[in-house]
Amino acid sequence: MSPATPSAEPATPKASWWRVFRGHQGRNLWYIGFFLPFLVGLVTFVYIPMVWSTYLSFFDARNTIQPTRFVGLDNYRYLLNDQMFRNSLGVFVVFALLIVPLTYVCSLGLALLLQGAKWGQAFFRSVFFLPTAVSYVIAAMVWRLSLFNGARFGMANSILRQLGGENINWLGGTTWWYWPVVISLRLWLQVGFYMILLIAGLNRIPQDTYEAAALDGATGWRTLRYITLPQLRTSTVAVMMLLLIGAFQAFDEFYNLFGSIGSYPPYARPPLVHMYLISLGGTQQDLGLGGAATVIITTIIVLFGLGQNWLLGRSERKERG
Amino acid sequence: MVGGRSSRALQVLRYVALVILAILFLIPFYVIVRNAFSTNQTIVAARWQWIPKEWDFGVIPSMFEDKQLNLVNALVNSAVISVVQTVATIVLSLLAGYALARLDNWVGKLFSALTVFTLMVPMAVVFVPMFVMTAQFGWIDSYRGLIIPVMFSAFATFMFRATFATFPSELEEAALIDGANPFTAFWRIVVPNTLGIVAAVGTITFIGAWNAFLWPLLVTRSETTTVQLALSQYMTSQGVRYPELFAGGLVAIVPVVVVFLVLQRWLVQGVETSGIR
Repeated sequence: MSPATPSAEPATPKASWWRVFRGHQGRNLWYIGFFLPFLVGLVTFVYIPMVWSTYLSFFDARNTIQPTRFVGLDNYRYLLNDQMFRNSLGVFVVFALLIVPLTYVCSLGLALLLQGAKWGQAFFRSVFFLPTAVSYVIAAMVWRLSLFNGARFGMANSILRQLGGENINWLGGTTWWYWPVVISLRLWLQVGFYMILLIAGLNRIPQDTYEAAALDGATGWRTLRYITLPQLRTSTVAVMMLLLIGAFQAFDEFYNLFGSIGSYPPYARPPLVHMYLISLGGTQQDLGLGGAATVIITTIIVLFGLGQNWLLGRSERKERG
Repeated sequence: MVGGRSSRALQVLRYVALVILAILFLIPFYVIVRNAFSTNQTIVAARWQWIPKEWDFGVIPSMFEDKQLNLVNALVNSAVISVVQTVATIVLSLLAGYALARLDNWVGKLFSALTVFTLMVPMAVVFVPMFVMTAQFGWIDSYRGLIIPVMFSAFATFMFRATFATFPSELEEAALIDGANPFTAFWRIVVPNTLGIVAAVGTITFIGAWNAFLWPLLVTRSETTTVQLALSQYMTSQGVRYPELFAGGLVAIVPVVVVFLVLQRWLVQGVETSGIR
């Protein structure tokens, strides 16, 4: 940037402020212009709607976006007293407790298996990564109608009978048997993605650390426990948080596994599914209630995000000593 | 390193595990193919048949004629939506990401904060507000409603920003000193050197758009149904015919799997840049 010459040019403070702001050759103005289209989109489709729907959450806004009847905190009160809404948070907790550690362990297992393979690495990596391309709708179709069909022609039930077991009504909801269905579906779809992330993390561990450990006689479990896992800590925290936020957003597979023509059973409802059903899914739209649910759920997820930053920051501070 | 027999046994075990896992991962794909080309009777037979006793390839024409499934219309809609959304997202986010990487004053910080917040609050969580806005614009059941609200991707912007932040600025500097304006420098010098990340973001966006379910579920009424929606509705409708449903699923998977396999190298690179710094 060209140095200003204040003695020769007694510019007003405003003008020099402007000169710094616009940058050399007015570059900053160009960059702001580059960002504007995106900014307009963010403001129009994220920020204004969020303010608007927070406003709606204080109104009785059934089938209207310009409500007139102010109801104060009634929508919030209704939700917090709604057993189904509380259950949906419980469903999320169970789902997260199962899917987060399982996905992490399976992804890391696959990554380690692949890393030690001498040939065929690219092939096996593609096979494990390929389900990432499949939609939750199609996966739910396969899981619901073929693999875990409650009738006797389902794959799982056929195998069970051959082993001398009974048919299981997997998705019927009278038992907890729907959990293996939901969990295995999501595992199949997302394990490959996190495997790639962890392979990237593993590749960043310097090779000589392993060599030094091998010289000291460390093998197998001990290498994993004392070298790999500690070195992978940053990746681990990030993967866990992505998994947690992903679990919180669960909608597609639940909706397609359990829903049928315009109805959804009272069990196995994660938060977003419940929010959809009470606000937009029925015959009438309740945008006030939907707005209140959005505020509550957004608050929870922002707290997650802040927690993630805090955890990441802490692990970095630890690394620095 | 560690000697002979035990490590060779370990390699054999490793490959046994890999092969078994690979088969498990491929079973759902096989089931789709099996169901698509079997008769309904085979699928609902008392015992699961790994290899159907009779194959039936007649399903493909009947699937395209099925009015209830309405597959052709849905495929066209999905293709239009995915391609337009991908192109729009890339253009918008390339420019925005570049601006974030180069703006080093308070405006840049403000823009960054606005983008980070949307990254933290995923679209799926704020679907009620987005729906309110889209309804207000009168965009329900239109391409505009399906594409425009979801094409502003904070994720894509951040991926591009990360790439541009490491791009050597001497190259642009030289062009700027030669009298090019910042847009020319960006378009002629920077973009051609970052096509790898463009391919990665494009693939991720395309797959996401093709597979999207929640947003189309809210915005679509009848005219603009997408493949995922058509399959989901047909799956729960009365008188669903399994072979047609799964053949529809097969048709819906093929485009993404092709894109996926062709661009896999970029995709892997993209995933690696995206997740963890």
